[in-house]
Amino acid sequence: MLQMDPIQLRLLKEVADLHDVPEGAYNFRANGGLAGRQTTENIDITSKTNASGIDIRIKDGTVNESVHIPVVLSESGMKETVYNDFYVGQNCDVLIVAGCGIDNCGKQDAEHDGIHRFFIGKGSKVRYVEKHYGSGEGTGKRILNPVTEVYMEEDSTMEMEMVQIKGVDSTERTTLAELAAGARLVVRERLMTHGEQYALSVYKVTLNGDGSSADVVSRSVARDTSYQKFDACILGNAACQGHTECDSIIMDSGRILAVPSLEANHVDAALVHEAAIGKIAGDQIIKLMTLGLTEAEAEEQIINGFLK
Amino acid sequence: MLELQNITFSAADEGGKVDIIRDISLTIEDHKYTVITGPNGGGKSTLAKLIVGIEKPISGRILWNGEDITDKSITERAKLGIGFAFQQPVRFKGLTVLDLLRIAAGKTLNTSQACEYLSKVGLCAKDYINREVNASLSGGELKRIEIATVLARNVQLAVFDEPEAGIDLWSFQNLIQVFQEMQAADKSRSILIISHQERILNIADEIIVLSDGRVKAQGSRDEIMPTLSGTDAAVSACEMLH
Repeated sequence: MLQMDPIQLRLLKEVADLHDVPEGAYNFRANGGLAGRQTTENIDITSKTNASGIDIRIKDGTVNESVHIPVVLSESGMKETVYNDFYVGQNCDVLIVAGCGIDNCGKQDAEHDGIHRFFIGKGSKVRYVEKHYGSGEGTGKRILNPVTEVYMEEDSTMEMEMVQIKGVDSTERTTLAELAAGARLVVRERLMTHGEQYALSVYKVTLNGDGSSADVVSRSVARDTSYQKFDACILGNAACQGHTECDSIIMDSGRILAVPSLEANHVDAALVHEAAIGKIAGDQIIKLMTLGLTEAEAEEQIINGFLK
Repeated sequence: MLELQNITFSAADEGGKVDIIRDISLTIEDHKYTVITGPNGGGKSTLAKLIVGIEKPISGRILWNGEDITDKSITERAKLGIGFAFQQPVRFKGLTVLDLLRIAAGKTLNTSQACEYLSKVGLCAKDYINREVNASLSGGELKRIEIATVLARNVQLAVFDEPEAGIDLWSFQNLIQVFQEMQAADKSRSILIISHQERILNIADEIIVLSDGRVKAQGSRDEIMPTLSGTDAAVSACEMLH
């Protein structure tokens, strides 16, 4: 059983789609403490001794297993930095679900900074899902500053799904990746900011090996007076393929700065970037209104589809 | 029954205001298959937009089943049973064909129900149902999906703005069959089509010829068709392909 209160359980549902403990390995962290842990024959989780955080070690050849490591904060004024290291062996195929939910009803800021490092062995395939969620009526800010570092060995694959749809006041996300030959990185970021929120997302992906590839795509919506900056750089140091794309809907008085960039240091590096920012097309709203939706309902449908 | 009473509409232009619709009055009876035709720039699409509420007239009234809907929004008119298929269908990033059909139906559609609508417009449902309504679809595919969204709604008046554009000859007969089935399915349903296409005009109960913002002629097919042959208002399918 989990040692969590109802608020924490609600946050858990938002960030990890979990009502209770999942199958497989997990480590639940609530208000800075351990709320539950389970290891399996192939996946070991140990607490770090020199810092706050855990080491997750996945044995060679582990397939069709999952690790859930959600974090929930429901205490105003709580501020923590957590270091989690994932050592994925060779020829694995695993799902890793992280994510952080903050409920802040108080006046003081609540902040969780998760520093995740992934060391992915040859031929392994990792799917990583990270969701951020904030709630609470307090004036204290909900702050998340994740740093993700990914080191990929030959022919490994990492698919990252990063989602932050609601309630996080300030976030600075940094994602760094280094890819060896034949490695493939796919990133799908979905972001919505509202109110006075601030979100910065920085990617630096370095393609070091021949045949490596990266596809970094962000879809975002900035509402009210919120601000977003998307800064994605792909470096090609070998015969590789890189693509980055930022596609944004801007609403109200929102602001978005998109800075996709490329650096080719090899003649066979094929790199592409795209960025588009615009409001919802009037025709789209009109079309859905002719199907019986109100203007507000039409907007919601368009945004939900865009961020799906 | 739809009644337009002394409808006038003008749009801003570089040189000031240009009258697009000039004092039009007409009635679309229930269970009638009416085609509006006439030369390009004659005001046909604008008239359709005025009926569904996308544009508002400067003067005049629009009555739907006796109720004044002139000041009603697009949404309110849609809820009163008026449907519209755009001449140039809109693309949506992220929304799938199934999403759009569900919104149109206003209820949860299961996949087989949604597939029925797609099959009627000549699309192989399993290939399309989960596709995004985005730039990856061709103009013809979008056009058929657009028509399917009107089929998915239980409308009393279906307005189609040049539905044949982008539809190839093979599916042309199917398109006409779609209109006939729509009408047969509901005895009080009216279908209003804007078209130059002779084969669409040929199955009309009533034809309205619009030119220079005015109703130039209105009457039964037998009365109007002989006056149109060979003009821009009635183009044969083969000519359209050239």
